[in-house]
Amino acid sequence: MNKYFANSQLFQLINAHFKELIREPGVLFWGIVFPILMSLGLGVAFTQKTDVVRKVAIIETNDDGSNSLTKSDSLLNFRAQEISDLSTDSFNYSITIPDEQLGNTTFLFRKTNWQHAMLMLKRGKINLILNEKDGKTEYHFDPLNPDAQLSYIKLSALFGKNDIKPVTEVGSIKPLTLTGTRYIDFLIPGLIVMNVMMSCMWGISYGIIDRRSKKLLRRMVATPMKKSYFLLSLITVRFAMNFVESGLLVLFAWFAFNISIQGNYAALLAIFMAGNFAFAGIAIFISSYTANTEVGNGLINAVVMPMMVLSGVFFSYHNFPDWSIPVIQKLPLTMLADGIRSIFNEGAGFGEIYLPFGILTLSGIVFFSLGLKIFRWH
Amino acid sequence: MEQPVIEVRNVHKSFKLVQAVKGISLKIAAGSFVAILGPNGAGKTTLVEMIEGIQKPDQGEILILGKTWKNNEDELRQVIGLSLQETRFIDKLRVSETMSLFASFFKLGKDRVDEVISLVGLEDKRKAFVVNLSGGQRQRLALGIALLNKPKILLLDEPTTGLDPNARREIWDILNKLKQQSGTSMILTTHYMEEAERLCDYIIIIDKGEILKEGTLDQMLNDEQGEKFVEFSLKNPPGQLPTTHEFPSKISWNVEDSKGRFILGKVDSQLPLFFDYLKNNNLQLNDMECRRLTLDDLFTSLTGRHLDE
Ligand SMILES: Nc1ncnc2c1ncn2[C@@H]1O[C@H](COP(=O)(O)OP(=O)(O)OP(=O)(O)O)[C@@H](O)[C@H]1O
Ligand SMILES: [Mg+2]
Repeated sequence: MNKYFANSQLFQLINAHFKELIREPGVLFWGIVFPILMSLGLGVAFTQKTDVVRKVAIIETNDDGSNSLTKSDSLLNFRAQEISDLSTDSFNYSITIPDEQLGNTTFLFRKTNWQHAMLMLKRGKINLILNEKDGKTEYHFDPLNPDAQLSYIKLSALFGKNDIKPVTEVGSIKPLTLTGTRYIDFLIPGLIVMNVMMSCMWGISYGIIDRRSKKLLRRMVATPMKKSYFLLSLITVRFAMNFVESGLLVLFAWFAFNISIQGNYAALLAIFMAGNFAFAGIAIFISSYTANTEVGNGLINAVVMPMMVLSGVFFSYHNFPDWSIPVIQKLPLTMLADGIRSIFNEGAGFGEIYLPFGILTLSGIVFFSLGLKIFRWH
Repeated sequence: MEQPVIEVRNVHKSFKLVQAVKGISLKIAAGSFVAILGPNGAGKTTLVEMIEGIQKPDQGEILILGKTWKNNEDELRQVIGLSLQETRFIDKLRVSETMSLFASFFKLGKDRVDEVISLVGLEDKRKAFVVNLSGGQRQRLALGIALLNKPKILLLDEPTTGLDPNARREIWDILNKLKQQSGTSMILTTHYMEEAERLCDYIIIIDKGEILKEGTLDQMLNDEQGEKFVEFSLKNPPGQLPTTHEFPSKISWNVEDSKGRFILGKVDSQLPLFFDYLKNNNLQLNDMECRRLTLDDLFTSLTGRHLDE
């Protein structure tokens, strides 16, 4: 190896931080695996609500002039309330089934065409598509998604109870195992972005605060070390680790579940890097002052926890109240998750992600420079 | 003297609750080894870190090689070697890797790393993780890192605190070797008298942020020829010793161990005065010891406390 290179500050710093990382399996576990497990638990807890809203798309049948009403048409006519707001993603009808013991269930229906219904499904806005063909009702959903299963069971019960033509033949189930529409397709990008956030926040922030509390930071800046190299090396090591970890996760999911990346690879890389950069900036910012590792813990959690819950890592944030959706969509983790999901599952490219890419990069720059301004080396 | 390597002029530093340094001035000549001696909380670390450019004085001026820290940081960092009172290096990095990392900050290569590792006697620990080093080995690692750049000015904050006498002597040997070989100037803080006596030619005693006394070891101990240190206890110890005009020395009375101490200028003429003083005040002597003055005695007689209390 080039001698000058081997003796250079930056190389030695990267080398040291990399070795430190791979030699401490506990860091990998507590920094990555444990938050995953914990947030998994949280995610489950947050989905159990008493009042459940189930969102369903109904495929509009081609008007063939037969004038006969489909089952769903008559059901909606009898029981449903019409919703007047007609923006693209809103729902047309709602039916509420009161249940004092288990909580009310509200069904929201959206009449739309197949293509749009699939898009809504991929984005997690609905988890079941109802299609009526030749008098038979077809239910399309991912059989591995328990929430969708429940929707199916409840909905088929609803159909039976309504004095509409009794269903002798049970509506046939068409499992949606098409790549890009299953829960696993939703989950993998979620896990990737969660890993990026956790690893940046715990790795970089905690690393800096820990070194400050051990007086190592103070010792290092009492040499001619370039301060920017120190930060750069921490960030570089994290980026590399995140890249490898995400790659392994995708590879695993490809083998085990046959997931695929339908969109542009370069765009995927770009938004991945932008996300890393944004979280590295936030990490530097929140670790810029305190020398107390417990305060550090609190700060990191204050940033990480809300996004873990809100940004749709494990389940779609479209289940949150409507007023909160625009706020949620502006969180960095949401932007990264939505961007990566659209590339994985909807075949998106640069055209679709340039906005989140720009915002993430910009917030990285802003937080990084703010953090450097108040950074306490001693 | 020629231009001092370090000049501190009337430096003050306060924290929220304490005035840690209250107007200290000192000059360090090139090539000299200076000990700053003082008990816990005296302000040693605060003073040294201000000299190191790590803390900023509230008031006063510090010149290193005639230059201030402001505007000259890059240049000064190159010629200073230091060890902080307490640094924990990266746990899972090996000794040689840690040295190489710090060497790279000074653009130094493997050769210098090997040299320093053998200088501080860590050859058989070069592959050990820092986390597995003993206290003494860690202190030697910190010392080695301080020596990497062959510093003109070496600043060591309590380099042997917490070590057993053997480990302490090993570090003294390394520093004594350095003193003979190079023109390094050194400031070292310590609680240990013996350390100051063994290593340093100039000693500054500070307490509560102020210099109590300074000078060469000989100057300090032999200010007046033949000074003796006296320690005594009484059969009927009082809460406080009565003040006296007939006896010239200042007697300090320690309530905790019920002992009185003073420094005697001339034994033949002054000791009888002490007995007169006891008699006049109805105090009965229980035990008495009279010996040559040491630094510890000097400190105790100045402050009424021991150095390593
Ligand atoms: N960052 C700080 N914030 C508040 N008080 C401080 C700070 N640093 C030092 N002090 C206080 O200033 C005084 C001098 O502390 P300093 O560390 O300089 O003492 P020291 O002589 O090095 O003591 P020791 O022998 O225990 O290392 C102490 O009372 C200490 O509590
Ligand atoms: Mg100290």
